[in-house]
Amino acid sequence: MHRLWTLLFGAAAVFAVGIFFWAAGKSGYWFPENVSVIGVDIDHLYWVITWITGITFVVVMVLFLWFLWKYGDERRPGKAVFTHGNHTLETVWTAVPAAILVFIAVYQYGAWKEAKFRSHMPDSPLHARVLAGQFEWRIRYPGPDRELYTDDDVEQVNLLHAWKDQDIVLQLESRDVLHSFFVPAARMKQDMVPGMKQNMWFQITRAGEYEIACAELCGWGHYKMKGHLIVHETKADFDRWYQEALGRQNADQRDPSIWERGE
Amino acid sequence: MSSTATTIHTEAHAAHAEHELSFVRKYIFSTDHKIIGIQFLFTVLFTLGLGGLLALGVRWQLAYPWTKVPIFGELLWSDNGGAMPAEVYPMLTTMHASVMIFLVIIPGLSGVFGNFCIPLQIGARDMAFPTMNMISYWFMWPAILFFVASFFVTGGAATFGWTSYPPGAGNLQAAPGSLHGQTLWLLGLLCVGVSSLLGSVNYITTIVKLRTKGMSFFRMPMTTWALFITAILQAFALPVLTAALILQVADREFMTSFFRPDDLVINNEPAGPGGGQPLLWQHLFWFYSHPAVYIMILPAMGVVSDVITTFARKPLFGYKPMVLAVAGIAFLGFIVWGHHMFQSGMNPALGMTFMTSTMLIALPSAVKVFNWLGTLWGSRIRWTTPMLNALAFVSMFVIGGLSGIFMAATPVDIYIHDTYYIVGHIHYVLFGGSLFGLFAGLYYWYPKMFGRRMSEFWGKVHFAGSFVLFNLVFFPMHILGMGGFPRRYADPYFFETWKDTKPMNQMMTIAAILLGFFQLILLLNFFLSLRRGEKAGHNPWRANSLEWHTPEIWPGHGNWGARTPTVHRGPYEYAAPESEEDGYYPQTTPPPGSQAERAHAH
Ligand SMILES: [Cu+2]
Ligand SMILES: [Cu+2]
Repeated sequence: MHRLWTLLFGAAAVFAVGIFFWAAGKSGYWFPENVSVIGVDIDHLYWVITWITGITFVVVMVLFLWFLWKYGDERRPGKAVFTHGNHTLETVWTAVPAAILVFIAVYQYGAWKEAKFRSHMPDSPLHARVLAGQFEWRIRYPGPDRELYTDDDVEQVNLLHAWKDQDIVLQLESRDVLHSFFVPAARMKQDMVPGMKQNMWFQITRAGEYEIACAELCGWGHYKMKGHLIVHETKADFDRWYQEALGRQNADQRDPSIWERGE
Repeated sequence: MSSTATTIHTEAHAAHAEHELSFVRKYIFSTDHKIIGIQFLFTVLFTLGLGGLLALGVRWQLAYPWTKVPIFGELLWSDNGGAMPAEVYPMLTTMHASVMIFLVIIPGLSGVFGNFCIPLQIGARDMAFPTMNMISYWFMWPAILFFVASFFVTGGAATFGWTSYPPGAGNLQAAPGSLHGQTLWLLGLLCVGVSSLLGSVNYITTIVKLRTKGMSFFRMPMTTWALFITAILQAFALPVLTAALILQVADREFMTSFFRPDDLVINNEPAGPGGGQPLLWQHLFWFYSHPAVYIMILPAMGVVSDVITTFARKPLFGYKPMVLAVAGIAFLGFIVWGHHMFQSGMNPALGMTFMTSTMLIALPSAVKVFNWLGTLWGSRIRWTTPMLNALAFVSMFVIGGLSGIFMAATPVDIYIHDTYYIVGHIHYVLFGGSLFGLFAGLYYWYPKMFGRRMSEFWGKVHFAGSFVLFNLVFFPMHILGMGGFPRRYADPYFFETWKDTKPMNQMMTIAAILLGFFQLILLLNFFLSLRRGEKAGHNPWRANSLEWHTPEIWPGHGNWGARTPTVHRGPYEYAAPESEEDGYYPQTTPPPGSQAERAHAH
């Protein structure tokens, strides 16, 4: 019987490791393909930690299962080993994990600073202001004059345009409750707190369309706060789009084509 | 009341022996710690069912969104074709978490085992303050009533998550559930807080003052140690939560503005006076609720240490390091709360310090796991139901502990924060850990509580089913989290990114429903064994610790007859040279050749 129980515990461990292999590369079950510069660091760190924890897991589980298998045999004669511990062992298995954990902690400082420290914010002009509200993203571009709330601003709902390799600098604000600006493909996320102006920056390395999700519970419509990040191939493409959008906006403040993607 | 007075009082009590108490005083408004522990147990079995049903509601929506909910749909949402309305979903996630955390795990571990085990394990006649103990239990009921009632008030139950972040939770306009449901949630939590605090003060005093002769601190079983440290943790952290809860009530009902920023407009309505700071709530809330994570796991670690040693017939490997690890976790637990706020807008430099302290807290957890492994090495395992649940705790806690490191790493957390990764992690710790620990303790002390044994066969069936299904429900959450799958989404398939994940969610939901059914086996086994279970005798597991050495199988009020026991050694001296064939060497047996032994033999 003890063999069966050991196998049951073993099966859980095998399942845990196996499902990672099963999921590899599958849409939705795996990282969406990374398209940002910071995402490279984040994914790298993820895999470093996966290796460290994965090896730890396998070692611990092998010992655990081995002990269950060996000492779980009810026919084993005699008493258990009478010991209260081992000083050397305690020291080793405190010191080694401590060193590994400190290594992980220090190893990631760089990426964290890159992603969030204001001192690492690129000094390119503000690209857009994102104002979150239940349950939409209002995105306003300062336009060529680089000033918000002037005549050359474009404001749209749920669509954020940018171009490839641009240092995108956003100003994030919320007008009601907490929201969180999350671009899975760019690995970026930042909560938006009413009353606080915050910046977010990232660089997208491939043109395309990427989803924006709200990651902080904001009410019953939290799940449908979907936006799109549209990355143009070149700045010229972006500028062309911008002039067009500005023209349409001036022609009709409520041009339905501006809203159609909003859902 | 001073402890001496209590002792004298209870000794006198014991001397009177069996002077009849009315049924109400004996079983309902009882001051006997054993009865109170059992009351907590029955209550927790009820709330566990409630929390489980809420979870199944969540799972149904994730697997078959906007379709008719079986059984409950017709009853609750017939005007919606039996499907769950969008605003109900966040209420379910909120209340599932709130019920499980505040009405199941915390009272289940501290309430049940704290009350039942502490006095028995340290040789005390009762808690230091028995009446306060009774009040502590009865404060659970208003909490349960507030939570249940919140589903029936205008707007429905609380909806902004068990973390109840303002301004959502702090303003009536933010959502239907922010109307009265949120206020009831706050009041319920205040009651839970009072209950926990009264319990904590009692446990601390009892352990410090009422240990019997020979029961030094380092001869206490790990369960008592863990509950002791947990109680200290509660006593220091809870006042902060209580203050925060009162501030949020004030913000909502009396238009103060602790958490409301300037010029806030919600739902096109000005929300009220400004000047507050939403992040303040998060700091206060997590200052309690991070330690609460340990309040929910440390007692289970204690229980598991007791169970493993008993059924490994071997001393606990590294008893002192184990105690130190618990103390270390408790201490570090106070300086890591900011890891819940890495993406909140808190200064990122602060994030770095919280990340470092969080990494360090993994250390004592690792030490605990290694020592359990050390205990198993060279042991003589007995495959009982409590042992299986305890082993499940160890192996599942390994997963829950390791997955925590991903979230602690700030850059990785940017991506996985508020995704199913954290949902998987928390369930490995709180279900794989705490709940299996609770099961282990339940099967282990059931014979002590009721004088009979639960069926081993059905216990094992319950365990095997729960263990397999638990993994099928919760492990895939890590995979979903890698895909960025967000938590608290009523319909994640609205997004291109996650639209392909439905099959796995359906598998998880089916497994979750089966997991729910398997708990019925536990309930049946529990209730049928009350009458039909095999008679347990004094010490069915041949355990060393004091609770199994009372003069009567089910001791009356006062526990120990005329005299409290004398303790001669630690609780885990299994397999000592002087021990019996199966390693049995109880704490009460005098050492061979001693005067006490001769007196004992005489
Ligand atoms: Cu939102
Ligand atoms: Cu925490």
